[in-house]
Formats: sequence, structure tokens, C-alpha cells
Amino acid sequence: MSDISRKTLTHLERLEAEAIHIMREVVAEAEKPVLMYSVGKDSAVMLHLARKAFYPSPPPFPLLHVDTTWKFQEMYKLRDKMATDSGMELLVYHNQEAMDRGINPFDHGALHTDMWKTEGLKQALDKWGFDAAFGGARRDEEKSRAKERIFSFRTATHGWDPKNQRPELWNLYNAKKNKGESIRVFPISNWTELDVWQYIHLNDIPIVPLYFAGKRPTVERDGMLIMVDDDRFPLKPGEVPVERSIRFRTLGCYPLTGAVESTASTLPEIIQETLLTTTSERQGRAIDKDAGGAGMEKKKQEGYF
Amino acid sequence: MTDNTTQGAVYVTESLIAEDIDAYLDQHQHKTMLRFITCGSVDDGKSTLIGRLLYDSKMIFEDQLDALEADSKKVGTQGQEIDFALLVDGLAAEREQGITIDVAYRFFNTEKRKFIVADCPGHEQYTRNMITGASTADLAVILIDARKGVLVQTRRHSYLCHLIGIKNIVLAVNKMDLVDYDQARFDEIVADYTEFAKSIGINQFTAMPISGFKGDNIIGASENTPWYTGPNLVEHLETVEVNSALDAAKPFRMPVQWVNRPNLDFRGFSGLIATGSVKPGDAIRVLPSGKTSTVSKVVTMDGDQPQAVAGQSVTICFADEIDCSRGDVISLADNPPQAADQFESTIVWLNDEPLHVGRAYWLKLGTQMVSATIHAPKYTVNVNTMEHVAAKTLELNAIGVAELATDKPIVFESYVDNRTLGGFILIDKITNATVAAGMLNFSLRRSQNVHWQATDITRDEHANLKNQRPRVLWFTGLSGSGKSTIANEVEKSLNLMNRHTFLLDGDNVRHGLNKDLGFTEADRIENIRRVGEVAKLMADAGLIVLTAFISPFKADRELVRSMLPDGEFIEIFVDTPLEVAEARDVKGLYKKARAGKLKNFTGIDSPYEAPVNPEIRVNTVEMTPQEAAAHIIRQLMPLK
Repeated sequence: MSDISRKTLTHLERLEAEAIHIMREVVAEAEKPVLMYSVGKDSAVMLHLARKAFYPSPPPFPLLHVDTTWKFQEMYKLRDKMATDSGMELLVYHNQEAMDRGINPFDHGALHTDMWKTEGLKQALDKWGFDAAFGGARRDEEKSRAKERIFSFRTATHGWDPKNQRPELWNLYNAKKNKGESIRVFPISNWTELDVWQYIHLNDIPIVPLYFAGKRPTVERDGMLIMVDDDRFPLKPGEVPVERSIRFRTLGCYPLTGAVESTASTLPEIIQETLLTTTSERQGRAIDKDAGGAGMEKKKQEGYF
Repeated sequence: MTDNTTQGAVYVTESLIAEDIDAYLDQHQHKTMLRFITCGSVDDGKSTLIGRLLYDSKMIFEDQLDALEADSKKVGTQGQEIDFALLVDGLAAEREQGITIDVAYRFFNTEKRKFIVADCPGHEQYTRNMITGASTADLAVILIDARKGVLVQTRRHSYLCHLIGIKNIVLAVNKMDLVDYDQARFDEIVADYTEFAKSIGINQFTAMPISGFKGDNIIGASENTPWYTGPNLVEHLETVEVNSALDAAKPFRMPVQWVNRPNLDFRGFSGLIATGSVKPGDAIRVLPSGKTSTVSKVVTMDGDQPQAVAGQSVTICFADEIDCSRGDVISLADNPPQAADQFESTIVWLNDEPLHVGRAYWLKLGTQMVSATIHAPKYTVNVNTMEHVAAKTLELNAIGVAELATDKPIVFESYVDNRTLGGFILIDKITNATVAAGMLNFSLRRSQNVHWQATDITRDEHANLKNQRPRVLWFTGLSGSGKSTIANEVEKSLNLMNRHTFLLDGDNVRHGLNKDLGFTEADRIENIRRVGEVAKLMADAGLIVLTAFISPFKADRELVRSMLPDGEFIEIFVDTPLEVAEARDVKGLYKKARAGKLKNFTGIDSPYEAPVNPEIRVNTVEMTPQEAAAHIIRQLMPLK
């Protein structure tokens, strides 16, 4: 931006300006917005954009982490640090029923995601009465995301109707809604995974160290490398975790998140590996494999982010 | 798979990534961005072309490729070969139907640019999706099946792209492999299209012979079309000029989104610069107030900027404390846009529920949100023949030219000059649906020439003389609910209390003021609008006005409410169940309606939208008209 004569913005400058514009529209038109914060790299970019959008004010909304209690320890550490640094309020929500019933990723499979995340999210939004929730989903992640609007309207029961989406023209967003209804807003819809990495690199945005390669204790489950992050991990009789140099392309609940063997320890190396790799980003997550090719679309109709 | 792709220099990035990632990142960081749409008929091969672009630019990963190969064999339409369309078609329903039904956005990179592709449906009923995808596009690729030539759909897509202001049009004559790469066929199609394009005002386009399936002229020149010397598709996409570059050369305009006020020492105005550029020291003007100041700082978290241009989101500070808030437009002091409240516009209707002429909708333009009413269309355009057709309203997917009026002046420019200050959406005030997209063509002179005549005797003085507060007592309810009877009782009581009143009755008004109106939905809306205006004038004169109209639509009652000062519109819901009203059938109308002799009768074949929170509700099953009137009077006290 220091070159005064240059008029054509780069793609990252345009994407950043678009995301900031979207965040400001929401703050101007919604009553009670919130930023969904899952501590992953997309959340990191979202938080950074929010700080840019309202600078020198702190972002005028809280961070919401719908927690499952099964995230990596390093994620909890960074979460608390970022909330402090940004001067934003951090709200953490646990689904009490999932807690009481001891729902966990080892014994309950899909029910774990459904109760802790999908139901937990709905409960959290209802509890605080948020009418607009920012999410870091991108259209390049998955087929049904590619068709979702930037302002994605939800019914009072949090349902998404892909056949009945509001047309979205130019950069005019319709945030009108009735009481009880809400919108999910995706300011980085038009970013790709590479854009996210490059933006983190250019802006020195703090991310969870697990994205970088390191020696970590792992076991193999269903062809995935799972990191043994705490002593809740049920090892098979005689099984001993193996130290491997691994890193994560995506971060979720540690027992459900597959690692890749890697030595990439800098951002350029990570980007290099990402670009040369031959498996797509969400493959490390078990969630998309449910219900055949329509897994994510079905989850979204039920209220998943 | 046979593949005629010539791998040009465009995608030879893999070695660079492997050998010098820093150099690659530097290259990627400086890429520009082009947004384009692809449109064509159902079988023109849009999804296949996009799938091909993703595939060739290595935007398909191995696991996706495995799934694609498996799906191609299972549900694909290309035999044992890869069906690229499966990669692009997203939602479950359309996988089964084999058609694209909504706008989907896809991404790919070349060495020079990042691309966002809107995949737009070719189906007849989905004009709204195409307009949506086209509204953010710098360029349109219009696909034609070489075997079929220029079709009705081709004309429609071209017209819509032109309407929404896309300057760069690529005519991609696809499936050339199926006509043996015949130059004569290509030339024939281009000649046909040229003739049509001229007739709708498209003076420039780039035609190219391609095969999305085989890869001809997608990247690099195809050996199968030696007679074609123009650019290949990707080469063209990489070099064409983007809109934001053109916007930067226009005069400065920035709609204010949000006022940034963290403490008493800082007051900044945040927004996305629509056109032009701005720097500290620039003299600016805030519209519509016209106040002027000087830019003191252009603030971002990366530090104060020496300049900012169209397409950037910034926060601007002024040297002076002048009023400026969301909805205002900051512009160059000596070249500001105008404000007006009446316009000619082109409107694309996007909702199943047709336009209600005269009803108030929210109009959002830039960051301005106002109430607007649309006049009856001058004409609609038949998108297949481009003929102008007379129309009373706008139905789903209709495109029409109509005048509109806003309830207060908005800062605007013609859409052809400025997409941000000329493009708008209309929002239904009850359902909150985005019902239309529109483009302002020009403001109507009369809005500058029709002024309010200031009068010396104010409405307060009219009211004081009568020793009462003016009100409009708006009775609403089904036919036969007892509105007129109760209103009459209320007026009698008020008269005994020495109040100055007037009763406007539905049947009576239709004998005079509104005798030109029938009972269609549009006419009923106009009926209520006129009654509302008359009631407002009488309230201005200090009267307590009673109106007895079915007034079935919530939006129309809200329109009248919005004409009056707060607290002066009293909605009285005469709440009588349909069975009761029908059993009474004082005028014999229900019988006629049931027999089909009376069309659009409220409660029978036309809806009644009951008030949700009326000021007063009376129940005529439990109350006599006299009791209901007494209840209303009690609620109205005190009258002054």
C-alpha cells in the first residue's frame, strides 16, 4: 500500500478488504454478534481481520468457543492468550448433557460431534441470544460450502435450507430477520487454504504450534496417525505410543484428528508441503465421511456450522 | 482419457514450489484477482469446463480425484472417462437430477492471477441465480454448444450479463470436438452471435473455439484448430482488466459503514472505498448534508496510510468535527454525487411473491437503508426476444423498468457510472426476504422541483384549536366483522364529547375517490394507500379520523402507520372468526364468494393477515357493538 501509483490491488488485499467490509456490515446491522472461535488457523485469521476491521477500537463482540473438552492442550493455551491480547471477552460453552452422559470420541463416534458441537453450538447461541455468528468456513473446503451465501440465514431452530437461500448481489447483504432467527456470517468464504496460510505468513499471526512439525507421541487408528495428547487416550493392551515427527493440517478434537508425518517447521515449509501434497484438507477429519457424499450438507441442515 | 491440453508455461509452478518456495510465495502474493461467471444451457458443458480448469490448475487433490473416478463410473455421463461435472455439482438433490441448481463458487490460480468462478445455472427459471453470480463478476464466459449454435438461452444470458454491466464477454463455442473442429461452423455461430449482440448493445466480445471435455484452447493453442489465432481461454482470463482497477480512476466515493469512536480523542469513519482514491489533505464533502472538511488521517492497523484506493477497507478521520454517520457518503468536495428521492430504475424480481405496486419495501443501496415504493412498471423485457411488454407487476424472474420513490433522499449515481451507488436490493418488510435487485438509471426531475409548501398555521395549531390530539383510528377485520358499526358507535360517542371527527368508510370511499379501483391485490393496496394519505391530511387538520376498511395486508397498514407521527396511528383489530362473519353475511357477499361469483374475497380466496400487536383489540363474539365502542373510548383516554 506504500506504492501510491499502483492501482490494482492484489488478491489478498481484495480478500482482506472484503472480509473487513462484511464484519463491519454485521456490527452495523445485527443486534448481538459473536465470533465463533475454534482456535484453528482459520479462526486465527478471523480474529486478526476483526481486529483490523475495528482498529483502534477492540472488536465490538465477544469470542465464543464451543468446547468439547477434547481439544489439544496447546489449543486451550493459545485460546486464552489470544483473548487476553485482543482485549475481547472469551465465552466458553460446554453442552451439559454431553458432559453428564460422558460423551466422548472413543465410545460415541458421530454422536460426539453431534452433541458437543452441533447441539452445543445451538445451545450456546440460544443461551446468550446471539443473532449473528461469524464463522471461518471457506467455500473451497467442501462442495456444499461452495454454494452457501456469505450471510447464511438460519431459522429459529438453527436449520439451513439450501434451496431457499437469499440471493446475494454485489456487496449488499441482507441482515434483516425476525426475532429468534439468526445469521451465520462467513467473511472468508472466498479465501482458499493457500490464501489463509499466506495471510498468516504475511501478517505474522500467532497459530497453534501443532501446525509445525515436532516429535510427538502417536498411535495408528484406522489408517490415521492420532496423537496421544493426554492420559484419557485408551491404549490397547501392550500398545506403546511411538514418537514421530508429525504436524497437523487441521485441528479439532485430538482423538479425531489425523496427523501427517512431516519435518516442515516454518510457514514457507508448511505452505510448500501443503501445495505439493496430494490429499485435501478435510480428509484428516472423520466428520465428512458420514452419510456418503452428502455428509456435510446434511450436518449443515441440522445446524452444524 | 484422451487429452488435448498443451501444458503451457501457465502451470509450471510445481518445480518452483519444490525448489524455491519463497520465490513462489512472492509470486503468489502479488497476484491480482479476477471474478468471472460461466453461463450456458443445461448441456453446454459449464460444469465440465470448470472441472477442467480446476483439474488443470492442480486444484483437485488425490482423494478428491479418487472419489471423482469412482463417482464417474457410478453416476457419470461420460462412460468410463472422468466426468468433470461431478466435481463441481455440489448439493445432493442436483447430483440426482444431474443439473446445477444454484450459484456455486470455485477457486483456482495461475501464475498471474487468482480466479473466483461463479457457476451459474442454465435453467430457465433461475434468472435470479445468474444475476446473483453476475453482480460481482468482471467477466462472463458464455458457452454455446457448437452443434446447437445460438439458442434462446444464449440470448438471455448475454442480455443479463450486459444488463448487470459486465464489459468483458467471452463467447466460448464448446464441444468443437463434436463438430470435427470445423472452422465454418465456428464462423457461422460467431456471425449469428455478432448480429444479436449488436442489437442489445454488446459491441465487443471475444469468441474462441474450445472443448472443455478434451481440453482444446483452454490452456495453450490446440493443434486441432490451426485456423484459430486468438488467445486461449486461460491466457485471456489472465490479461483482461479487472473492475477494481477501473473504479480507482473514478472520483472518490466511500459509503460510511460504521463510526469508530473508541474514546473522546478519536473519531473515524469506516468504509470500503467504492471509487477513486483518498489521501490526507484532500478536501471532502459528506453527503447528503453537504458539510465539508479535510482528511486528516487514513487509519489502518498496519499504520496510517499515505493513500487508499477503490477496493480497500479503511477508516478516515477529518480535521473538523462534522456530522457523519452510517448511510452517509464521503466524496471529493468539488465533485460530489447527488441526492434524490424519485428515480427510474431497472428491476429484476427474485421472489415467488410478485411485486406489490405501491407497497413499501426496504431499499438497501450502499450502506443506506430507506423505505421505497415502486410504481407500476413502464414495461417488462421478454428476455428471449428482448421485446418490451406491458405489465402491471413483476413476477419471479421478470425484468422491468419502473419508477420508484424513497421516503427520504438517497445519495446515488447511475448504475452505469457506479455499481455501488447505483445498485440496490429490495427487502420485504414482513418476510425479510431479498425480493429484488435493481439498478438506478437516473433521478426524476420532479423530485427536485416538487417542494413542500411551508404553511404558517401548523398541525399543532389546528389540533390545539380543537382541544384534541389528532389520531387515526384504523379499524381492520374481515368483511362482516362489525368494523363500520363499531366505528359509527365510537364516532357518536366522540361527537357527544365535543370532539371533531370524521369517519372514512370502505364502501363510501369506493363510490368516489377510489371508484377507479377494483379488488385485485394491487388495487387493494392502492385503495389503502389513498385512504392512508387522506386520513393523514385530515389528521394534519387536527381531526380524529376513523377508518373502516378490511385492509387485509399487514405491510399496507404499516405503510399508513409510517406516514403519521408516533402514537397517532391506533390499529383497532375487530377480531371476529371467519365462521362468525360468514354466518352473519350482512351483505350476502360470502355466499357469492363461495359460489365463485366474487373473486379475491378476503377470507375465502384472498388472505387476511391479522395484526400481531394491535393497539386495541375488540371481540365481537363476546361484546355488543356498544360495549366494543365503550372499550375503545376507554383505551383512547385522555383525548388531549
